[in-house]
Amino acid sequence: MTILFGIPIAQVLLFGFALTMDLKNVHFAVLDLAKDEHSRKIIDKMDASDYFIFDRYLSSFDEIETVFKEGIVKEVIVFEPNFSQILTKENSAQLQIIADASDPNVANILVNYTQAIITNYQQNLFADNPLGKMVRPEPMFKYNPALKSVYMFVPGIITVILLLVSAMMTSISIAREKELGTMEVLLVSPIKPIQIIVGKVIPYMVLSFLNFVIILLLSFLVFDMPSSGNMPLLLAETFLYIFMSLALGIFISTVSSSQQTAMMLSMFALLLPTILLSGFIFPIKNMPDILIWISHIMPSKWFIIIIKGIMLKGAGLMDVWFETLIILAQTIFFIILSIKKFKIRLT
Amino acid sequence: MRTIRFIIEKEFKQIFRNKMMLPIIFVLPIVQLVTLSYTATFEIKNVSLGVIDMDQSNSSRELIHKFSASPFFDIMAQDFDLKKLEFQMKQGDLEQIIYINNGFEEQLASASSVHSKAGEGPQVQIITDAINGSAANLMSYYASAIMMDFNKNILLQTQPMLASGLGISTPYQFWFNAELDYKKYMVPGILVLLVTMIGTFLSGTNIVREKELGTIEQLNVTPIKRHQFIIGKLMPFWIISMFVLVLGMLLAHFVFKIHIVGSVGLVFAVASIYLLAILGLGLFISTITNTQQQAMFIAWFFMVIFIILSGLFTPEESMPDWAQLINVFNPITYFIRFMRQLMLKGSGLMDVWRDVLSIGIYAISILLLATMRYRKTS
Repeated sequence: MTILFGIPIAQVLLFGFALTMDLKNVHFAVLDLAKDEHSRKIIDKMDASDYFIFDRYLSSFDEIETVFKEGIVKEVIVFEPNFSQILTKENSAQLQIIADASDPNVANILVNYTQAIITNYQQNLFADNPLGKMVRPEPMFKYNPALKSVYMFVPGIITVILLLVSAMMTSISIAREKELGTMEVLLVSPIKPIQIIVGKVIPYMVLSFLNFVIILLLSFLVFDMPSSGNMPLLLAETFLYIFMSLALGIFISTVSSSQQTAMMLSMFALLLPTILLSGFIFPIKNMPDILIWISHIMPSKWFIIIIKGIMLKGAGLMDVWFETLIILAQTIFFIILSIKKFKIRLT
Repeated sequence: MRTIRFIIEKEFKQIFRNKMMLPIIFVLPIVQLVTLSYTATFEIKNVSLGVIDMDQSNSSRELIHKFSASPFFDIMAQDFDLKKLEFQMKQGDLEQIIYINNGFEEQLASASSVHSKAGEGPQVQIITDAINGSAANLMSYYASAIMMDFNKNILLQTQPMLASGLGISTPYQFWFNAELDYKKYMVPGILVLLVTMIGTFLSGTNIVREKELGTIEQLNVTPIKRHQFIIGKLMPFWIISMFVLVLGMLLAHFVFKIHIVGSVGLVFAVASIYLLAILGLGLFISTITNTQQQAMFIAWFFMVIFIILSGLFTPEESMPDWAQLINVFNPITYFIRFMRQLMLKGSGLMDVWRDVLSIGIYAISILLLATMRYRKTS
C-alpha cells in the first residue's frame, strides 16, 4: 500500500523540483589575452548572472581542450589582445565563444545567453546606441509568464506516472494469478470473463484516481500551478485516461505468461516511449516523420495535450474533444482485444 | 567452481526457456535505441508563427519577409484579429504571434533619420506560448534577433557611418560536435539506460521469484556457499547485459556513426564494473523483498528516480542541491557522464577517474550488502 501511494507522490515531488531545463551555474573559463578594463568587466558581468560561474583563467589555447575534457567547464570565452583599446577606438572588437557541444542543447543555449549578456553590456556602454532605439521587440509570455519549467513537467509527470502505475498494477496482478495458478480457480468458476476483468479493474481504478487527486493537490499547493481550468472536465478526462491505462494493463497481462514478462512489457517497453514520444520533454514537432506517426498511437501524447490545455490554458471540452475521442477509441480497442484473448484461453 | 557452473547453466536454461523473454531482452532494446535516439532533440526550428500587420507598409512587409525567410519560423497565419490568433495559440496551432502596430513605418522613419534627436522607434509585440519555458525563451530570443538584424540593415542604409563596426562581435565555435547533432549525445545515454533497466529488472526479480515459487528451499538445502550462489546468479545476467551493450555500441558505430574517440578498452573495463554494480543493486532488492510484485515496484521506483535525475534529459548542474546529493548515490549518473566524456570527447582515465572510482566503490559495497543480506535460513 505505501508503495502504491508513496511512490507517485515522492516522484512528483522529486521531479517537480529537480527537473528543470533552465541552465544555472554553468562553469566557464576565460582565455584573456587582453586583461584590460572591458574584458574584466565583461567577465564580472557574466559571473554575476545566474547562468554562469567563473571557473578559472586559461593561459593558452591548448588548455581549452584539456579543460573541456575534464568536463566541468562547458564554455570558454577568448578576448583578443588589446580588447578595450580596439573597442573604444574602432568600435569593433572580437570576443570568441567556444562551447563544449557534446551536449548540443546546452551549448546552443550557452552561446545565446553569452551573446545576450554581451549585447546588454554594449547597450549600457553606448547609451545612445541607435540599434536599441529602432524596432523595439516587446516580449510577452502567455500561459506561463515566469517561464517556470514546473508548468511543463507536472502535467508530463502526471501523465507518465498514471499510465505506468495503472498499466503495471493490473498487468502484474493478473499475471500473478496466472503464475500462481489461482487464475484457473477463477476461470472454472461460473464468473464470466468480463466480470473477472471488471472486478480486477475497479480496485485499481479507485487507487489510481486517489493517486491523481493527491498529485493534483500537490501541484496546486506545492508548485503553485494555476487552477483556473475546468475541474470537472479535468477529472472526467483523467478518469477516462486511467481507464485506458488499466485496459492496456489487462491487455498486456493476457499476452504474458509470467509476472516477469508482464513487468518487462509494461515497464521496459512502455517507460522510455511514454516519456520520449509524448512530448513530455522533447517537442514532437521536430522529430522525424516516422516517429511523429508512432507518437500518434501513444495515449500519453494526447493526454498531455488535454491536461496542459485544461490546467494552463483554461481549455474547455470544445478545445480538446478530438484528443478525448482518440483516448476513448484506444480504451475500447484494448478492452475488445483483451476480451477476445481471454475467450480464446477459455475454449 | 563446478557448483557455480551448475547454477549458471540453470539460470541460462531458465531465461531461454521463456520464449517471450528473449525478444524482450535482445530485440526491444535495439529497436528502442534506434528509434528513440531520434526523438531527443531540443532544436527549435519551424516555429509556427502568426502575424498581425496593422501597418501594411513596405517596412512592415520587409520585417515579415525577414521572418518568413528565416529557417526558424514558419508563418502559419496572417490576420488582423488578435483574438482569433490567440485562440489558435490556445488550440496549440500557433507558438508565437508578432503584432506590428499601426504607424510602424512612420515611427521607424523618425527614429532612424539623421536629424531626429530622440524619436522613439516602434514597438513590436512578440507573444510566445510559454508553457515550455526554456523553449519560449529561445523562441523569443530568435524573434528579437531577427528584429535587431532588421535594424542593422536599415542603419546601414541611412547612417552607414554609425553602423560600421557595431561594437563587439561574438563569433562562436562548437567543439566535439560541430553540427550540434543531438543523437551523438543521446545514443550513449539511452544505451546505458536500456542496459541498466535490463540488468536491474532481470536480477531484481530473480531470487525473489525462487522465493515465491518455493524453489529457493531446494537450493538452500544444497551445500552451496553464499558467494557461490551470488556469483552464479550474477554471471548469466552480466553476460546478457554485456552482450546487449556490445550490440548497442556496434549499432552506435555503424548506424549513428558515433566513433568512440577515447580508449575502447577503458570503456569496456568500466562497463563491466558498472554492470556488477547494477546487478548487485538488483540482487540486493531481490533479497530484501518477499514477492516479485514488491521487488518490481521497488526496482521501478529507483529506476525512474535514477533515470530522471541522471542528467540524461536535463542538465545535472541545474538541479537543486538536494537532487545533486541524491545523485551521489545514483550509479547511472556516473556511468552516463563517463560514457559521454569518453565516446564524444576522448577524455582519458586522468579526466574521469572520479567517476570510475565511484562506480568501483558502488559495485563493491552493493555486492557485499547483497551477499550479507542473503540468508539460507529464513
